[in-house]
Amino acid sequence: MDYLGKYKSAVAARSTCSEVLAGSQDGGIVTSMFIYALEEGIIDGAIVAGQGEKPWQPKPIVATSVEELLSSRGTRYNVCPNMSVLKESVRKYGLDKVGIVGTPCQIQALRKAQLYPVGLRDVCDKIALAMGIFCMENFSYQSMTQIVQDHCNVDLHSLKKTDIGKGKYWAYTNRGAVSQIPLKLTHKYEQPGCHVCLDYVANLADISTGSVGSPDGWSTVFIRNNNGENIWNKAVAAGIFETKPIESVKPGLELVTKLATEKITKNQKELEHRATFGVGKGLRNPYI
Amino acid sequence: MANKITVGHVHMSGCTGCLVSLADNYEGLFTILDNYADLVYCLTLADARHIPKMDVALVEGSVCLQDECSVEEIKETRERAAVVVALGGCAAYGNITRFCRGGQWNQPQHEGFVPIGDVIDVDVYIPGCAPCPQQIRNVCVMAYLLLKGTPEQQALAKAYLAPLMALASEGSKATSSEACGCDIMTKVINQGLCMGCGTCAASCPVFAITMEEGKPNINRDMCIKCGACYAACPRAFFSFDVVNQYENILGIIDGAMNPGGN
Ligand SMILES: Cc1cc2nc3c(=O)[nH]c(=O)nc-3n(C[C@H](O)[C@H](O)[C@H](O)COP(=O)(O)OP(=O)(O)OC[C@H]3O[C@@H](n4cnc5c(N)ncnc54)[C@H](O)[C@@H]3O)c2cc1C
Ligand code: SF4
Ligand code: SF4
Ligand code: SF4
Repeated sequence: MDYLGKYKSAVAARSTCSEVLAGSQDGGIVTSMFIYALEEGIIDGAIVAGQGEKPWQPKPIVATSVEELLSSRGTRYNVCPNMSVLKESVRKYGLDKVGIVGTPCQIQALRKAQLYPVGLRDVCDKIALAMGIFCMENFSYQSMTQIVQDHCNVDLHSLKKTDIGKGKYWAYTNRGAVSQIPLKLTHKYEQPGCHVCLDYVANLADISTGSVGSPDGWSTVFIRNNNGENIWNKAVAAGIFETKPIESVKPGLELVTKLATEKITKNQKELEHRATFGVGKGLRNPYI
Repeated sequence: MANKITVGHVHMSGCTGCLVSLADNYEGLFTILDNYADLVYCLTLADARHIPKMDVALVEGSVCLQDECSVEEIKETRERAAVVVALGGCAAYGNITRFCRGGQWNQPQHEGFVPIGDVIDVDVYIPGCAPCPQQIRNVCVMAYLLLKGTPEQQALAKAYLAPLMALASEGSKATSSEACGCDIMTKVINQGLCMGCGTCAASCPVFAITMEEGKPNINRDMCIKCGACYAACPRAFFSFDVVNQYENILGIIDGAMNPGGN
């Protein structure tokens, strides 16, 4: 099994834009990349997780301005169906060059849609930049509420940032308090569909990024294909990102590989379990 | 090119929108007809009156059981075509004709309509109402590679077509030829497989699916039973063998559609 997917190079990186970094989850890779791509005409809009109706509930939006991209920074640890506005992005918004950010499953959905476009006329040829984010698991909005308000004892309105790392779920408040709970307590709230997911680092994206492997404030970045490499190299040459060889940072790819292996092995077991779930019958396996 | 495959378009109880979708490949359609396929039958575009022998039959529309000629034609299609493709939601799943119930001037007895898989075995499904031009194009290119390509190309085409063939063999059982927004519930959410990506909502032609709290919600009175949502869902079918090669496959299709290399 290819735990990290195909890639051309891997680096540790962060945005050189302090405004992006002020509100981004990690190194601001996704937001800076989209801002650069928008300004250079590589994309004419990007599907990102905008602000939903409730606090910390994301809503997929088609961002066509720097302001919209900036206000969509940061990880919301609950489901944001980014693929749901894909058709709209080329219809209502008239985009010809679509950028999209997504968790590994969303990037899988995107590539499947490009190969087997059903109900997505004229969309598949217009994907210009797919940014993948690492993902171990996701939560429903109700689950996030439960974790943050009940377990961490933080009101969603005072929440500044949440993060999963070092075996803990962290909640930071606007007034500077930090609350953390063992990740173990959150397991039962995970989205069940995540338990059959066999991708940790968005193997099918043009460029994928996450926090694991690099120091705080930095991101681990995989540059995966020709399209990703082209755009990444131009952005680095334009001074959008600071980079370090991934070998020079701690804990580096070793930890990424370890976590990817754990996720995939665990979820493969779950698929096996599903196959013999009942008495003489099993549950459906989507992977054919 | 002598090496072309022969293709026919068979119009059952359809709206011709599927054929329009094929035509909406614009110059791509000419590339297909110039290089890969001879259109040997298509009442809308050519004069051939009777269903000939052909490599691939693209069948759109469902079958009216009370229309003898239709029933005969779909059977003839099966006899004369090596590969039968259900083109679009009506041929594959019945789609809007699922709601037919007769009683209309001037054939009030025309009330029973079934997807073609209820009458004949179907090899490949191209779901969607309308099916996407790009999906039809991809199947055309892959069908050509399957029938005329090198062993390596044949293997790739087989792998690509496999999920669409699996949909067809499932849909060709009379007990499971129905498609509905409910598929998203029964075969994905109820099975613990949905991860909230939203692809189903994007693919629905009538906006019957909205994402509520990260999960699809289906307005079943709006649903026209086209089957797009389930076919598009990455948790319906997902082949790593195929999708991991997306760049290669999209490159092959691109290359095939630009034979001059422009
Ligand atoms: C559910 C989830 C689980 C994750 N798990 C891990 C993990 O296990 N290990 C790891 O290293 N990294 C994980 N990440 C990725 C990490 O949290 C950051 O998103 C990533 O490092 C990008 O940071 P950035 O500073 O480059 O991006 P930013 O510039 O902050 O931009 C983040 C982008 O992600 C989008 N986004 C935010 N929330 C969602 C969402 N719920 N769904 C889809 N898009 C969203 C935003 O709109 C924005 O475009 C996870 C992210 C999510 C959403
Ligand atoms: S764990 Fe997998 S299925 Fe769940 S949100 Fe992350 S990428 Fe999607
Ligand atoms: S496409 Fe499938 S996995 Fe995605 S939201 Fe719809 S049902 Fe769930
Ligand atoms: S919900 Fe929409 S996409 Fe799904 S079958 Fe019904 S009409 Fe088709």
